[in-house]
Parts: sequence; structure tokens; C-alpha cells
Amino acid sequence: MSEIHASTTIKVIAFQLIDKEYALPVHQVYSIEKLMHITRVPGTVPFVKGVINLRGVVTPIIDLRSRFGLSDERYDDSTRIIIAALDDIEVGLIVDGANDVLDIPVDAIEPQPEVVGSLGDEYITGVAKLDKRLLIMLSLQKIFK
Amino acid sequence: MDTNQYLEIFIDESKEHLQAMNQHLLGLEKDPNDITIVNEIFRSAHTLKGMSATMGYEDLANLTHKLENVLDAIRNQQISVTAAIMDTVFSSVDDLEAMVEDIASGGDGKRDVSAVVQKLLIIEQGEAAAAIDVLEAPAVADAAEGNSLQYDEFEWTVIGQSKEQGFTCVELAVSLRADCILKAARVFMIFEVLEKCGEVIKSVPSSDQLEEEKFDETFTVTLITKEPMEDIEEKIKKVSEVEQVHIKEIVPVSQEETKATPVQSAVSEVKQTGPKPEDKTLQPVEEEKREAKSSKQPVSNKTIRVNIERLDILMNLFEELVIDRGRLESISGELNHSELNETVERMSRISGDLQNIILNMRMVPVETVFNRFPKLVRQLSRDLNKKINLEIIGAETELDRTVIDEIGDPLVHLIRNAGDHGIEMPEARLAKGKPAEGTIKLKAYHSGNHVFIEIEDDGAGINKDRVLKKALDKGIVTDEQALGMTDRQIFELIMASGFSTAEVISDLSGRGVGLDVVKTTIESLGGSITIDSVEGSGSVFSIQLPLTLSIISVMLVEVEKEKYAIPLSSIIETAIVKKEEVLNAHNQQVIDFRGKVVPLLFLEDIFSVPHQEEDDRFYSIVIVRKGDKMAGLVVDSFIGQQEVVLKSLGNYLSNVFAISGATILGDGQVALIVDCNALIK
Repeated sequence: MSEIHASTTIKVIAFQLIDKEYALPVHQVYSIEKLMHITRVPGTVPFVKGVINLRGVVTPIIDLRSRFGLSDERYDDSTRIIIAALDDIEVGLIVDGANDVLDIPVDAIEPQPEVVGSLGDEYITGVAKLDKRLLIMLSLQKIFK
Repeated sequence: MDTNQYLEIFIDESKEHLQAMNQHLLGLEKDPNDITIVNEIFRSAHTLKGMSATMGYEDLANLTHKLENVLDAIRNQQISVTAAIMDTVFSSVDDLEAMVEDIASGGDGKRDVSAVVQKLLIIEQGEAAAAIDVLEAPAVADAAEGNSLQYDEFEWTVIGQSKEQGFTCVELAVSLRADCILKAARVFMIFEVLEKCGEVIKSVPSSDQLEEEKFDETFTVTLITKEPMEDIEEKIKKVSEVEQVHIKEIVPVSQEETKATPVQSAVSEVKQTGPKPEDKTLQPVEEEKREAKSSKQPVSNKTIRVNIERLDILMNLFEELVIDRGRLESISGELNHSELNETVERMSRISGDLQNIILNMRMVPVETVFNRFPKLVRQLSRDLNKKINLEIIGAETELDRTVIDEIGDPLVHLIRNAGDHGIEMPEARLAKGKPAEGTIKLKAYHSGNHVFIEIEDDGAGINKDRVLKKALDKGIVTDEQALGMTDRQIFELIMASGFSTAEVISDLSGRGVGLDVVKTTIESLGGSITIDSVEGSGSVFSIQLPLTLSIISVMLVEVEKEKYAIPLSSIIETAIVKKEEVLNAHNQQVIDFRGKVVPLLFLEDIFSVPHQEEDDRFYSIVIVRKGDKMAGLVVDSFIGQQEVVLKSLGNYLSNVFAISGATILGDGQVALIVDCNALIK
């Protein structure tokens, strides 16, 4: 039963970046944190904002807006840090707001159309259409590169 | 019974015994006539045999048994120690090590040892056949067939007297079942039975050896009793796992007779070399046992074996505690409540002590690594046909377990390197007016927060020109670079990757992949390596290592709004300097610090800290060093000294310039740790 279920839908975390909604598979997300003090690490690429103390573990932080080359980051009350992990790399991603946990039917995910907004397609694995929402599925592997 | 639960203990103890055997064998090689050393080796071999037989590793037990026979023959001076015998013994110990290794890694400990066994047999039979049956060692003796024990003069007197008083003296040969696991417990039960019947005056092996299970399946006890022999036999048979009991009465022999047989007196002599002289008085056995124990006690401290994993967990928990301690300290500092301050201070002191204890618990003497080097050097000198003497100084120096685990291979490499490239052939040495035997000195010592390990040889030293030429050929340095290089920098070239000066590549070293690996390993441990050499008279490789890897003392400094931690180990002192005192040399700002010119590094610039306009008439400077080079780090203010837990920046940020890691401060924020070694070129 659960087997069939898992093969037809996937659970994702949906989050906001400016005016678009993005999604990461839930198994890649450890937790969602409120914005906290970030210690700048000198000599790193600009989109690495620094490191935070995540319950005793020093965790690097990437600002997704600057990672995607979007307009300047502005932090407010709804800004969140999504702690995501791939293999043995654990990184926090700054997003404008975490919205939802959703079940997406696998067949609702389509390969990325030729033109989707300003975001370069190298970070995208696909696009999911859900009612009237459009979710952009991200690839951690490419974000971490 | 399941033996798995004993497996770990078995492996640990076997390794210890094998190490002891190796050590003593090397001692024996130097001093072939020292019988006490042979006894030590014999004891280790014997224990090993007993243990492996108990655990069911037959090959192991079998080989040890053969080895034991040879050792026994040496001990009884039927064989004199020769180089050939030593080689065979060494190689059989190697085999034993391989088997134990196999067992440790989950194997069944089987190995084809027939060649070595054959050699051992030849040694044993070749020279000892004539005497071996007369002088069967008491510990190995197979007493099952009712062989008589030998008694000394005193024991005969006791036996004689008890006879006169109407007691009977009986000798009991008790065999335990081969699969008996708690042998010591059975022995204890048997002794308890016997002591109810009468008085035990002698046992072979001796009672403390029996307690330590240093016997096979059989032991022999002499009892003075009034009870009939059959009753005693019945009673002993009631103890479970007893296979057989042979009982017979001892017929007293007059002392003259005893003395008349040379074999017997020889045997009693052998016995007296055992760990404990047999009965000297007619005191009850209990008291005698206690005596034997108390005389053994001071030798070894009581220890328990603890799994490393548990220590690591303890360490992790403690690290959490250190972070919270820092937090408490900063909260109480803000609140300024005197009672709270006092309590926090007390807690800090106690946790400081706790920290020392925990760190000490993880400290291991470098001996554990150094131990295997004498054998390595022996082998090395044989392979290379050189004469090499290894001197070890400061083996008791302690280092953190994690460092110890990593340091073994680099040291092996450096020693091989010293033997292979450093020490010359004996003829060449004599021609240079040096003794034919070369010396490699391995020295470990503490200094400040570091441990130094030096590998010194009195060999050929490093030929600067050849190194430089080679480095130029291989394109490791350019001509311009080569001109300005100091001697030390040139020597360090031999650790650059893709460098090898040995003209003939031996299988020992000289593959050119080694020394750069040594260097990276040591640097990854937070250490450094330097080379000093005088051509013609030798080289010194000195390794500097941190005492521990997890908790370090740092000085916290502030640069604008950011906090950085500088390891105390690289700080010489702090200074506040007027801006006017800063001099300009080319494009480098320097200060005159106690007569030395020290370049200034502005952390603000290096770390491109967001700058806020603010003018100060003074510079706050932290003077740091790397080796004998110094630099002044300019900061905005000093915060103070603190113990912090070193954390990595995670796998994502693995290589950040001049940052060696991070730590969590009392207020929960992360501070970066400055890597002074990267700042000073």
C-alpha cells in the first residue's frame, strides 16, 4: 500500500523566493529554522553568508537569492533557514519563507520548459503543476556545487 | 559455552603478550645469556598458548606450543641462542601476530605454519633431544600419567614430619576437561575441597599461576591429610568439569637420597627461577597466597579496559558542557550577581579539573607506537646490510589517542627513510671515521602545548646542491626562487610531492610518494615538520604535534563587530603600539618589537571585514609565530582568554584561507579560529 503510494506521490517542502515557489524533497530537509546570527566567513564565495550554530553544530549558510543571482536579499520576519543535507554535506539555505509540506503526484512533475522566469535552468530538476500553483523542483547537488 | 564475549579480551591480551615477546626477544638478542629474559618470553608464550587453546584457535596454540618447547630448551641451556634460532623465533612470532590480526579482523586464525613449525622442531630436536625428557619443564609437564613431583629438602622434611604424626601425604594429579572455560574457578573449588580435607603444601604450577589460568588442563597438588585417598578422589570428582583424578601416596625419601640424584636438584633449581619460591614455611596456605599476592601488587596498578567509543562519547558530552559553561560565564558576567558569580566560578573550576581528567584519560604514551620500531629497525638493517642501532628516548611522553592513531605510519616512513637514505654502508662509515654502526635516535618530549618527536640519524645528511638540482629539474622550484632559499627551505623540498633523491629506488623508500604524504598527514593533525641537516654528519626531522585536537585555549579578539579566536599556542604576546611607531619597509608595515622587525598583518584587510570609519591612535597587536618567524596581527580589541571546543566548518566549507575551524562562544555565536600558520609564509 505505502509502496504504491510512494511511487505515485512525493512529499516536498515548498518555499518562497521573491514571487516564485520552489520545492525540495522532504527527505533532503532536516529542519526549518528562524533567522539567527550568522558569522561571516571571509574568503568564501559571495553567496555563502557564513556559518551558524545549529544546536552545537557549525553549519554553513547559502543565500539562495544570491546563489540564483536574483535581486538583493532582504531579511524579515518570514525569512527562514532550511537545513538541507546531501550525502555528508549539511548546509542551511536562506529563503523568503517556508510555506507548506505537500504531496505531489509524480506525474504532475514535468521536465523544465525552455523558459522559466529569470532563473537559469541548471539548478532545476523539473516543474510541478498543482492546481494553480507552480512549484520549481530544485537539485541540491547543483546548488552545493 | 559461548566464547564470543571473551574474544575482545583475548585479542587485546594476545597483542600485549606478542608485543612483550617481541620486546624481550630483542633484549635476548643483545644479551643471549640472560635466562631471566627467556623466562619472560616463555611466560608470555605459555599464556598465549593457554588462551588460544581455550578459545579454540588450534593453529595458534600449536605453533605457540612448538615455540614454547624451543624456549624451554633455551631456558634449560640445552640450546644456545644463535642468530639462526633467533630468526626462526622471530618469524614464528610474526606468524602468531598475523594469526591474531586475522582473528581480530573476524577470521578464524588459520594459517599455514608448517614451515616454521618444521624449523622449530629441528631446533628443538637437533640439540635438545638428549635431555628433553629428563628436564620437562614443570609448567608444560603433562602430569596425567602420574609422574611424581620433585620436592626440595624442606618439603621432604614437612612430609616426613607429617608422616610421623600419623598424616598421609598424597599427590593428586587433577585433569580438567579440555572445554572447561572458567579454569581458575574450578581450581578454586578443588582447592576449597582439598583444604577441608587437609593441608595443601605444594602445587605445580604454583597456586598463583593456577589462579591466573597459566596451565593447560592438568595440575598436581600435594596434600597432607588424614582422610582416605578414595574419599578425596570422590570429593574432587564432584566438582564439575573435572576429567580425571589420579591419586597416590608419597613415600618419603631421605634427604641424602634426594641430593644424590643430580636431575632432581637441577629441577628444583629450575623451579626456583619461577615467579614465586615454593613453600618456605609451614604456614597455612591462605596466608601464603596472600603473601604471594601482596608481593605482586605494587608492580601493576589496577586498570580497566574501556572502549574508545565510550571515551569519545564522554568527550563529546563534555564539549557540550564546555560550551554551556562559556554561556553561563557570560550570563553571570552580565547579571553581576555575587552568589551566581561564585557558583559559576566554582563550576568552572570543577569542570576545568574534569577536563584535565578526561583529556588525560585519552592520553596514551607514545610507547605504544614506538614499540614496534626496534623490530622494524632490526629488519631494516638486515635488508639493507647496514648496522643500525635505534635509541628511543622519552617513550613515556603522552599524546592524545587520536593523534597516536595517525602518527604511526608517518614515523615508520621517516625511520625507513633515515635507515635507507641517511645511514651509510658500514665501510663508507668507517672510511669517514665514523663507527661502523649507525644510530637512529627517536626522541619524544613535551614543550608547552605541544609534543615534539625527533628522528635523528648520524648518517650522510642531505646534499643541498643535489636536492636543489633535482628540484629544478623536476620543476618544483624556479631558478629565481632557488636563489633566495634558506638551507631549511631547501631541505623541505624533499617533502614536496614528486620528489625523490635516491638514485637507486629500493622497495623501502625512495618512491617519492612518501615524504609528501608524511608532511600532509602531520599538517592535517595540526602539526608541522622541519628538517635540519649537516652534510656528512646526519639529519634531524622534528615533528611538532598538538597535545590534543579537540579543546584548545584561545585568545578572543574583536575586529570591528566580528570576533575571532587566535590559538594561544601560536601567540607570543600582545602589545599596544602607537600609530607613529609603525614603520614602512617597501610596501610592508612593520614594527620594531624588542629589537626585532615584525611585519604587521591587518586582520581587517585579510578577512575583508566591513569597515566602519573610526580613528584610533593605537594599534592592538597580537604577536604570533610560526617556527622562528613572527608576525603582528592588528586587531581592534582584545576580549580575553578562553578554552574553546574546536569544530570544523563542515564538509561544504573545507578549505577557507587562514581559518582552521570554528568554535561556539558563550553567547551561542560562532567565532572563527585564525590559522596563524597560513598567515606567516
